[in-house]
Amino acid sequence: MIPARFDYHRPQSKRQALEMLGQVLGDGRILAGGHSLIPMMKLRIAAPAHLIDISRIGELKGIAIRGSDIEIGAMTTQHELIASDSLAEACPIIREAAKLIADPQVRYCGTLGGNIGNGDPGNDMPGLMQCLNATYVLESMKGVRVVPARSFYAGAYSTALKDGELLTKVRFTAPPKGHGYAYKKLKRKVGDYATAAAAVILQMADGKVSQASIALTNVADTPLYAKDASDRIAGTSLQSADIDAAVAAAEAIARPAADSRGSVEYRTKMAGVMVRRALMEAAGRSSATAGQSVSPDKKEHKAGGLFGWLKG
Amino acid sequence: MAKRLISLTVNGSKVEREVEDRRLLIHFLREDLRLTGAHVGCETSHCGACTVDMDGKSVKSCTVFAVQADGSNIRTIEGMAQADGSLHPLQEGFRMQHGLQCGFCTPGMIMRSYRFLQENPNPTEEEIRMGISGNLCRCTGYQNIVKAIRYAADKINQIPMKEAAE
Repeated sequence: MIPARFDYHRPQSKRQALEMLGQVLGDGRILAGGHSLIPMMKLRIAAPAHLIDISRIGELKGIAIRGSDIEIGAMTTQHELIASDSLAEACPIIREAAKLIADPQVRYCGTLGGNIGNGDPGNDMPGLMQCLNATYVLESMKGVRVVPARSFYAGAYSTALKDGELLTKVRFTAPPKGHGYAYKKLKRKVGDYATAAAAVILQMADGKVSQASIALTNVADTPLYAKDASDRIAGTSLQSADIDAAVAAAEAIARPAADSRGSVEYRTKMAGVMVRRALMEAAGRSSATAGQSVSPDKKEHKAGGLFGWLKG
Repeated sequence: MAKRLISLTVNGSKVEREVEDRRLLIHFLREDLRLTGAHVGCETSHCGACTVDMDGKSVKSCTVFAVQADGSNIRTIEGMAQADGSLHPLQEGFRMQHGLQCGFCTPGMIMRSYRFLQENPNPTEEEIRMGISGNLCRCTGYQNIVKAIRYAADKINQIPMKEAAE
């Protein structure tokens, strides 16, 4: 498979990249890791006249952690996200989710910015960024805009990003130490997009949930911040009726397409199952409830055998 | 169509060639450099048969343009054995542990394992399986591939091999 012809550009700086992007506008595409765009070009679904390769621009890379403020450059790869011990300590859900994206080779190339910016509803980071209430920094020759992840996505491959704009970094506040977290993704095999996935962050105090955030991946044409489900969990002590209510609220907003991953009914149900599992695991990991439940990590490893570690 | 001059290092040798911007790295390696070890498998970045090492990363060369590799350092399966023909421990492991049947996936498996063992020199079986999860094999069932990689890890770490002759 050979893509259509294009002109390749490799700007040396962010400013140069923005200038080029301003010149080519709708005829050009940003080339980050390329592992969504190049397959689309080979299939001739995409045929940009210009490719602007920003993957080697150092100022678009890196993870900066200042207290609880985290800023990640858009060209930071999934591999680099996983490798960062300081990020895993401040916000472990990122490593957990990144390890479930694609496969090792793809994660060396695939970037955070590409994953959140191209608008593919199958991508995992958009839902996670909505769960974390992250903001995206969009830059162009005209200036800088900051858009919340929760309002960035309009539809499949349709986002708030305008022609000439480049997503340069992501910012969010790390949840407090001891928070519970889990990213649960049902997929058919390594490298697959989610049949359904859920991101959960919980803060517990005195046996009750003081704050909860739940988001869903690949069960609609955009990621979904599950506000109603989050509200139903906040303030509860995670009794089974509370969890049932949150699961029902999450299923209520799921609008999956029927595809090779399953029917609408199945994928909707699986969205609920992922929310339930993520809530249980997040609760078990929260320091306020530690000791009350078996560490799900260890449990999975013991259940092990072939499928213990295979299941994503 | 205008071509662009790229210069890179492949298996330790400097290479300069003119390529079309849309030339994929796998085609550049196979057709322009006649390095046919890396294979064209699925062409959609799933199977890993085209895996080569590029600047310290395992990449699927069907999903990288040759122009993106301008300035890079690339190693392919052809660069694994010594000049005297002695095999790399991974190649030896695949041979000793019967880590291949048809052999189509093998160059990609070995190049992926090469980088994986540098990042994790003493992996568990689980870690090996996750480490090669971007490479598909339709013959072996992976069992002997995992053994082959473990063999290479032990050899590189110079642990005496009890089962080497099995």
